[in-house]
Amino acid sequence: MKRTIIEKIWDSHVIAAEPHTGAPDILTIDFMLIHEVTSIQAFTLLKERGIPLFDRSRIAATLDHSIPTRTNRFEIFDDSARAQVEALRKMCAEFGIHLYDYGSGHQGIVHVIGPELGLTQPGMTIVCGDSHTSTHGAFGALAFGIGTSEVGHVMATGSILQRQPKTMKVSFDGTFQAGVFAKDAILKLIADIGISGGNGHVIEYCGSAIRRMSMEERMTVCNMSIECGARAGLVSPDDTTISYIKGRPYAPKDSDWNRAEDLWRALASDEGALYDREVSVDIDALSPMVTWGTNPEQAIAVNGTIPRIEELPETHRKVAEQALKYTRLREGRPIKGTKVQWAFLGSCTNGRIEDLRIAASVLKDNKVHADVTMYVVPGSEAVSAQAEQEGLKEIFESAGAHFRMPGCSMCLGMNDDKVPAGDRCISTSNRNFIGRQGEGSITHLASPATVAASAVAGHITSVNG
Amino acid sequence: MQPFTTITSKAAPLPIKDVDTDMIIPAQFLTSISREGFGANLFMRLKAADPEFFLNQERFKGAQILVGDSNFGCGSSREHAVWALIGAGIRVVIAKSFADIFASNSGKNGLLLVTLEAAVVDALLEEVTRSDLHLSVDLATQSVSDSSDRGWSFTYDPFLKHCMLNGLDDMEYLRTRIPQIEEAKAKQKQSWFFSVGAPNR
Repeated sequence: MKRTIIEKIWDSHVIAAEPHTGAPDILTIDFMLIHEVTSIQAFTLLKERGIPLFDRSRIAATLDHSIPTRTNRFEIFDDSARAQVEALRKMCAEFGIHLYDYGSGHQGIVHVIGPELGLTQPGMTIVCGDSHTSTHGAFGALAFGIGTSEVGHVMATGSILQRQPKTMKVSFDGTFQAGVFAKDAILKLIADIGISGGNGHVIEYCGSAIRRMSMEERMTVCNMSIECGARAGLVSPDDTTISYIKGRPYAPKDSDWNRAEDLWRALASDEGALYDREVSVDIDALSPMVTWGTNPEQAIAVNGTIPRIEELPETHRKVAEQALKYTRLREGRPIKGTKVQWAFLGSCTNGRIEDLRIAASVLKDNKVHADVTMYVVPGSEAVSAQAEQEGLKEIFESAGAHFRMPGCSMCLGMNDDKVPAGDRCISTSNRNFIGRQGEGSITHLASPATVAASAVAGHITSVNG
Repeated sequence: MQPFTTITSKAAPLPIKDVDTDMIIPAQFLTSISREGFGANLFMRLKAADPEFFLNQERFKGAQILVGDSNFGCGSSREHAVWALIGAGIRVVIAKSFADIFASNSGKNGLLLVTLEAAVVDALLEEVTRSDLHLSVDLATQSVSDSSDRGWSFTYDPFLKHCMLNGLDDMEYLRTRIPQIEEAKAKQKQSWFFSVGAPNR
């Protein structure tokens, strides 16, 4: 039978439930990432019940969500955040889990460090207590976010209970026009199928545009799968995947490499495999995108106009009205030219080296507008070091942007990095929910190029003007 | 987790589509390392923005049943959202549909998610906003009813039902399967599988 990569990974990791019990299947998990926010309560549960760790060699920890991105990040002013960071360090030491802490060279956002260390590999099942775990799907892994109870299950048993997901094929066909990027493609998909359009499904991203994408771009696409409700999103491995992994610290070596490469290539979906649903996006016709509302499906072209409420489906009108009230925008008007006070470049969606290169190319010999504060937050210590080495840090700083220490930062405002109430931020992050970047803040999601161009202009615009 | 039997309570309305987990519990409260204490900040922003919000109305005090709209619980995987609902005394959410990770987290904490037809949910939302409505939710028979004997049945995962009715969490079930898990993992193991903390170079 012809199978998709989703079914191949599922079949090789599933322990079918005993018939007639009604129980879900057991899915064995190859690798789990943990961070300070969603794992402490799981450690506590194990301790309370006296349950040992199943396999510490398949868990990696780091700090990302609640840490400061100031130069002196060792001093955490918030008592609760400090206690949380200390608790993770203590639990990792006690359970023998390797922690990529400050100064390890690889501290950073979970979804940035997994790939850069070569821990993320094709064919794996990967979980993390974070909904953007789908990022790792770019490598042809089945990767998804789980809650803290399930983090505990993986700690205790190396597996979780799951029912087989449905499959969806998303084809990105065509060629990107200048100034249009992977972020625009995924924002368009979410706008097309809606915030719950992927519920219950794992998406496989296919098509000529996906094949030409770098690993960084594929990660951006897979990252936002959850924003249309999909359980996960992935891309079948190819030459691009293989050459990205080769030589990374945890990549297979020597004869292991050849065996791994053969098996990884065989994971690609079989020609003619069937999906529960198929959707396509015309990349030739795509232009830079930006969100206007308070959920990621409320996105339009930067050159477009905000929809009129009456033109929307009846079920979407109330949400749209409330969104426009919050974002202080008017229906039927262009979005370009809307003044911004903040610009954020970073997050697990767009905090990798390629994202920084694209933004730096726009900011080179330019200045961030006097009314705009721009934060550049590299996704990891390794990204930060490389940005410095390539001279990108200098470009950002000469342009007047703040180059910060690695972490999740202003994507969710769990640390001190918050957009003040009433201010508007153009952001490379993944969610524009009400208050996401700080109480009363307004978020517009866009690509790194659009964020950099808007930071210079002082208002929403794209590199295409 | 506490066993779920029958819940009879007044119902409260939350007539918002796509309620995201940032709405349920904003990120600034996630630095807590406990499972307790999130209830006080449930829907903090909605509560602050709208005097008519159910948590600001005396008549909805003590409601254990929440009637939502569609795609309830979308966004982040934070289980804190479920802990906040449970912490504030909510035991049942009735809606047209739920987001996947939120649904999974709910089943592990004794929060019953009831999916009913869109027209029924719309009618219930309207009714519960307008007048006091008491509902009974019985998991054993998978039914919702009101005092005038109207009733609606719902589908529910048989395994989760067993866990909820008996107050079991699925950790213990999984632990009984460790021999099979170990056997499967031994078969899956490849020579190149890494050990975190000991890179290959």
